[in-house]
Amino acid sequence: MSEKVLMKGNEAIAEAAIRSGCRHFFGYPITPQTELSAYMAKKMPKIGGVFLQAESEVAAINMVYGAAGAGARTMTSSSSPGISLKAEGISYIAGADLPCVIVDIVRGGPGLGGIQPAQSDYFQATKGGGHGDYHLIVLAPNSVQEIVSLTADAFNLADEYRMPVMILGDGTLGQMMEPVDFDSIPAPVEAEKDWATTGTDLKREHNIINSLYLVPEGLEAKILERQKRYDIVTEKEVRYEAHGLEDADIVITAYGTTSRVVESAVKQLREEGYKIGVIRPITLWPFPTEVFQKAAETAKAFLSVEMSMGQMVEDVRLAVAGKAPVHFFGRTGGIIPTPAEVVEKVKEITKEV
Amino acid sequence: MTTNIIIAGFGGQGILFAGKILAYAALLTGKHLSWLPSYGPEMRGGTANCHVIVSDEPVASPIINNPDVLIGMNKPSFDKFENTVVENGYIIIDSTLIDREIARSDVKAYAVPATKTATDAGKGNLANMVMLGALIKATGIFTLEEIRKGVEKTTPASKQHLVEVNMEMIQKGYDLA
Repeated sequence: MSEKVLMKGNEAIAEAAIRSGCRHFFGYPITPQTELSAYMAKKMPKIGGVFLQAESEVAAINMVYGAAGAGARTMTSSSSPGISLKAEGISYIAGADLPCVIVDIVRGGPGLGGIQPAQSDYFQATKGGGHGDYHLIVLAPNSVQEIVSLTADAFNLADEYRMPVMILGDGTLGQMMEPVDFDSIPAPVEAEKDWATTGTDLKREHNIINSLYLVPEGLEAKILERQKRYDIVTEKEVRYEAHGLEDADIVITAYGTTSRVVESAVKQLREEGYKIGVIRPITLWPFPTEVFQKAAETAKAFLSVEMSMGQMVEDVRLAVAGKAPVHFFGRTGGIIPTPAEVVEKVKEITKEV
Repeated sequence: MTTNIIIAGFGGQGILFAGKILAYAALLTGKHLSWLPSYGPEMRGGTANCHVIVSDEPVASPIINNPDVLIGMNKPSFDKFENTVVENGYIIIDSTLIDREIARSDVKAYAVPATKTATDAGKGNLANMVMLGALIKATGIFTLEEIRKGVEKTTPASKQHLVEVNMEMIQKGYDLA
């Protein structure tokens, strides 16, 4: 597939996963992510892979748990309410130090909410969702081309750090079509999985996949060991895109679809002479704290734009640490902020600074 | 140059497909583009629309709030989007299905009897192609040859004979605008 093709974000994730060696997909349909499962259903049988539509999200994530334990590159996908159902399984997978990729094409919540795009699951994705001291690497693409490269990265990162990686999209990214080429995506990196339950052939000790540690000292040791890996991830894997920070009065931050809306607004604001910087976190965990800290030395104010009531803005405030005011603008419930609304908000902030 | 196009009508009129042809025409002529469909319960018998952006530069927001071009293929959609079109933009409606005039006087207005034209030619389900023809003529966004590339690409290999049928209807719309 050397020429560019048009693909929906959902389909592009599926194709990129297959090209990254994923042969075990377990899912359950939910709008606005269903095209991903449908693509897998069509393709997997043809290439000797497994597509399984489970009886529920809970079953699907536990199938992922099993496949990951056996060392397979495995994935599940869903949207907000479905991810809530998967939360227990995700916590178990994190507690068993297993690699897998979880796709969340976010829709409006809470509860069944709606089916239109939202970013109101930032907390769920980055702050837990399930129980226990654990993290997911959370990747937030903002175009179909980036979706495919981050999907490939997701599998490599999961294997390298033995942890679940989440691709956090939204309804717009899942449904939209853009040109995409698969030639430039990162190649699968082979990881040695000597921990996998692949059968001993009576030649080695049993490998055990488990998240239960009843002796507190044992559990603490396990968590501390895992934390060391999280520290390495935090140090090495932070990704973001930034521009215009050098002389910015106001730094706008947004991820995913909202970052595209912000780009439209920034173009207009710069034409009108406003000095605007942009930080687009690509990893939501680990959060790109340093670039915010650095920008806070010169910027007069920050603005976080989200499709939520204000979730990422909390991480921005932690990073900026009181050095500058951090403002928020968001629409929620499936409403996407408009560039005009962002422009208006920036002008309002400018009057104050 | 960036052109923001909203195509809107009933589910089943080929609204998304017409947008896909535009998107592929953009891809095959080296333009940047995005294609965003409406999705959800409103697609069943209700209104469907898609946002297509064709640009010389990378597309920022794929969501169109104020289109340069509106293709209106039913009255509810036309009513919904008429006032969102930019000044000096284009509004092209299927006058077979929309029984009112375009109220805006600050846009370039085209009333094209697309459904009647397609039905008279025995191709009642290709009113969307008639509208596409009118769109490229009115706006000059693509030539007939360029749009043909989009039609060829979106037509499955097993149905390539439909390319000419589609092009025939596009030509009719082109001549009407």
